[in-house]
Amino acid sequence: MTPVATPYFFYGLSAIAVLSAIGVITRRNPVHSAISLIFTLLALAGLYLMLYAPFVAGVQIILYVGGIVVLFLFVIMLINIERMEREYQFNKQWLVGLLAAAVLGALFVAVYVKGQGIFPHNAVRFPEQLNTQQVGKMLYVDYLLPFEIASLLLLVAIVGAVVMAKKRI
Amino acid sequence: MQEFLNYLNSNVTPGQAGAYVWVVIYILIIFAAVSLAVIAMNWLERKILAHMQVRLGPMRVGPHGLLQPIADAVKLLIKEDIIPEGSDKLVFWMAPLVVVMTAFTTYIVIPFGPTHAVTDMNIGILFMLGVASLGTLGIIMAGWASNSHYPLLGSLRSSAQMVSYEVAMGMAVVSAVLMTSLTGAGVYGIGSATGDGIGTLSMIEIVRAQMNQQVWFAFKFFPLGLAAFGIFAIAMVAETNRAPFDLPEAESELTAGFHTEYSGFRWSLFFLAEYAAMIAVSSIAVTLWLGGWLRPFPHWLSGDAWDTAFSFFPALTFFVLAGMTLRTTLRMPKHPYFKIQKTGLAVFGLALGAIGLVLLVPQVRDRVEDIYWFTVKVAAFMYLYIWYRGTFPRYRFDQLMKLGWKFMIPAGIGVLIATALVGVL
Amino acid sequence: MADILKSEQSASSVEHIEAEKGADQPFLDATELILNMGPQHPSTHGVLRVILKLDGEKVLNTECVIGYLHRGVEKIAENRTYAMFNPYVDRMDYVAAVSNGLGYCEAVEKLLNMEAPPRAQWVRTILTELNRIASHQLWLGTHALDIGAITPLFYTFRDREEILKIFERYCGARLTTHAFRIGGCQYETYDGFEQDVKKFCDFVTPKVDEYETLLTTNRIWLERTKGVGVLKAQDCIDLGVTGPVLRASGVKWDLRKAQPYAAYKNFEFDIPTGQNGDTYDRYIVRIAEMRQALRIIRQAVDSIPEGPIMGKVPKVIKPPVGEIYHSIEAPKGELGYFIVSDGSTQPYRVRVRPPSFVNLQALSKMVDGALVADVVAVIGTLDIVLGEVDR
Repeated sequence: MTPVATPYFFYGLSAIAVLSAIGVITRRNPVHSAISLIFTLLALAGLYLMLYAPFVAGVQIILYVGGIVVLFLFVIMLINIERMEREYQFNKQWLVGLLAAAVLGALFVAVYVKGQGIFPHNAVRFPEQLNTQQVGKMLYVDYLLPFEIASLLLLVAIVGAVVMAKKRI
Repeated sequence: MQEFLNYLNSNVTPGQAGAYVWVVIYILIIFAAVSLAVIAMNWLERKILAHMQVRLGPMRVGPHGLLQPIADAVKLLIKEDIIPEGSDKLVFWMAPLVVVMTAFTTYIVIPFGPTHAVTDMNIGILFMLGVASLGTLGIIMAGWASNSHYPLLGSLRSSAQMVSYEVAMGMAVVSAVLMTSLTGAGVYGIGSATGDGIGTLSMIEIVRAQMNQQVWFAFKFFPLGLAAFGIFAIAMVAETNRAPFDLPEAESELTAGFHTEYSGFRWSLFFLAEYAAMIAVSSIAVTLWLGGWLRPFPHWLSGDAWDTAFSFFPALTFFVLAGMTLRTTLRMPKHPYFKIQKTGLAVFGLALGAIGLVLLVPQVRDRVEDIYWFTVKVAAFMYLYIWYRGTFPRYRFDQLMKLGWKFMIPAGIGVLIATALVGVL
Repeated sequence: MADILKSEQSASSVEHIEAEKGADQPFLDATELILNMGPQHPSTHGVLRVILKLDGEKVLNTECVIGYLHRGVEKIAENRTYAMFNPYVDRMDYVAAVSNGLGYCEAVEKLLNMEAPPRAQWVRTILTELNRIASHQLWLGTHALDIGAITPLFYTFRDREEILKIFERYCGARLTTHAFRIGGCQYETYDGFEQDVKKFCDFVTPKVDEYETLLTTNRIWLERTKGVGVLKAQDCIDLGVTGPVLRASGVKWDLRKAQPYAAYKNFEFDIPTGQNGDTYDRYIVRIAEMRQALRIIRQAVDSIPEGPIMGKVPKVIKPPVGEIYHSIEAPKGELGYFIVSDGSTQPYRVRVRPPSFVNLQALSKMVDGALVADVVAVIGTLDIVLGEVDR
């Protein structure tokens, strides 16, 4: 299938991603900020689709939006809600924040300009239909050890969380 | 225009063929059909539950209560729309929207036939699981927006339950997906299948794999397929918050359900989404384990004669339904008060009969056959849902979570490993 | 819990009490949460208010607030003659009205030092046992509904209709029957009474089996009821708990065998007991009691003696000065009447010992450490009727 209206989709999804990301850090109400995060992650899933990686897009939705943001919302809602809105806002440090953002932006521009050779231009290395198989092969054949180490780390985190929470049933 | 009609001769789904007008038509048909199915489910649930409980159910509004869902819909639409005072208006408005949208979006990939799906994504099943997990967010938002401790707790419990059972569902689904990559036909993989031995996540390909391997995945590797099917069947009931896992909805004295503060149309959206989600997860179960649109015994009872015989089933079903309706009409009381109801029921029965006659036409028979078998299997699941509600007491919340984490997930992992081992051998 | 008593006046208790504790405390921290299961409630079988002190999900302490249905029945008794008070007695435990009437009539008969004629005793026994079945059926339906099984309610209520039809044919009323009089029964059994009762027994025997198939081996029912609300035998005796609750804890005590009244000594029947004293055992005991009641009815109906239905009672009932305590085995436990007579036509004092009132005191012991969802199940399993608790 030939792709249709690529620039529109790209600019649209990117705009949603950027605007929602700004929303995440500027919203006063933490639940609104989590909902903006949902939109950001969904826009990212759309961008993955445009890169011919449907499996990654699907997994992004299941794990990030359906798992991690749900956990964020749980924690936000279980802590005392009224107290949060009256909390001390840290925005007084905005000058330092601006400086740090400027330096980071300069870094990104420098990498993009100097490092053109790193990114493959318009080359889709793997066909779309086999995305799942390719990801599977990479994870379980080429990069098996880091995968297992990562899952061990996650196991340690789960056990730690259960141990810490166990007293309060 | 010619291109538009050309699509009818192709053998791919409209999404793949790029026929966008047909995509829109299919989406509209599915939307209408699902809404009709939800309305029918409302009536069926009340009637079937009532008959299980030695009573009659709705009988007044229309003959035998057939117009009851319409009366309910009208009542819900004309109710006052109450928004709780301190609630977050944006989130309050968005929550039912999210739940309904995710429930209906899953229908894009459900295959009612080899070409009767809106599109056939090659990550079909993953897409469905992902969108189903998005529905959880809607429930959390609904509880939050109610600005009251108890709906919030109820919604958090409800979503915790959904997230836990999603893991078990995922394990069962992966077992089924594993089976698509096998090259052996029959229940234990002896004989050769006409497949290419590459696994797939696409819904249509999963059903094709069952066709190639000449066995429904529920019966593949005998106890294992059934075990995976059983785990999914139980997890899907918990996922949709139905009995016996409906404690968050029913514990009305302590943690009111997440949709307490919603009234009128907003509540009906939640209700619509719940039934649509039930049909969607039943469709997943049917596609993955019960052979999707395949008729029973496509290989064992194969041949043109059997094909034709089985293709009369849709018409037969409608004739049976029409017969039942007309018999009920004859048995209605002979009092003039019931005249309108009698005529209404007779017209309904004749309409069913007319549909049955239309289904006898050969061209219609070929196209409708797949959709019919799919619908029959999903309808069996709906009946099971209602049966569970009438029979089982409720699980307590901690017992529910214990069942999900300590039994379902280990069982799912066990079945997955066993399937993988047996598949490799 | 003095602060709770202070706030009794307000119906909405949670926010009020929480404000006293200080609004800054986080919602779900380990401090206590006080929850009010208010008088109007789908699961408290009448107007019962239970105040729960929770730690998260666990119950630390409960306090029952009763009196919402208090009608001053015992005070009314002091201003009515003995026969005039008879209809009031049905309204206490309105589910098992016949038993209440039996207890009161027998108590006054004891005061008068007379016994009802044998035919009246037989008819009384049959009606009381029918009422036992009806009461247990109502209990089963509502208890299953609290735990979430919505179907047994309809089955039990449908079958209970047959008993109520028999009552209606006999004395004209379905629920508050006023079936007995002091000295015997007012009404002779109607034509076809024995056939109706026999037909009913044959009708309901497979139905009791049907209730059992729905629940007894159902895994969800077992998980919700086994080990929930355990009450040990010694605690039962200490608290004065009687009835199926006592028998399910293992104590084989039934007033029909220990101090036989009416015609019970002429029939043979068993006393079902349980072992663990949990909710499941109480369920099994009550189902078995339904079967034993059917056994008694069958034996009674086959052997109703001929004779007068009403004993020789003076027109104006003036018992001699004295006091009497007489108790019977009502479906809910030991129902006792303590009547003090001062020689006039009106009693000096009537004190009713309601089984539900005494059984309800065991609630806090039974839910100690249980989860909130179990409180509903335990209130259901105690089988309380607020009309009796509050009188």
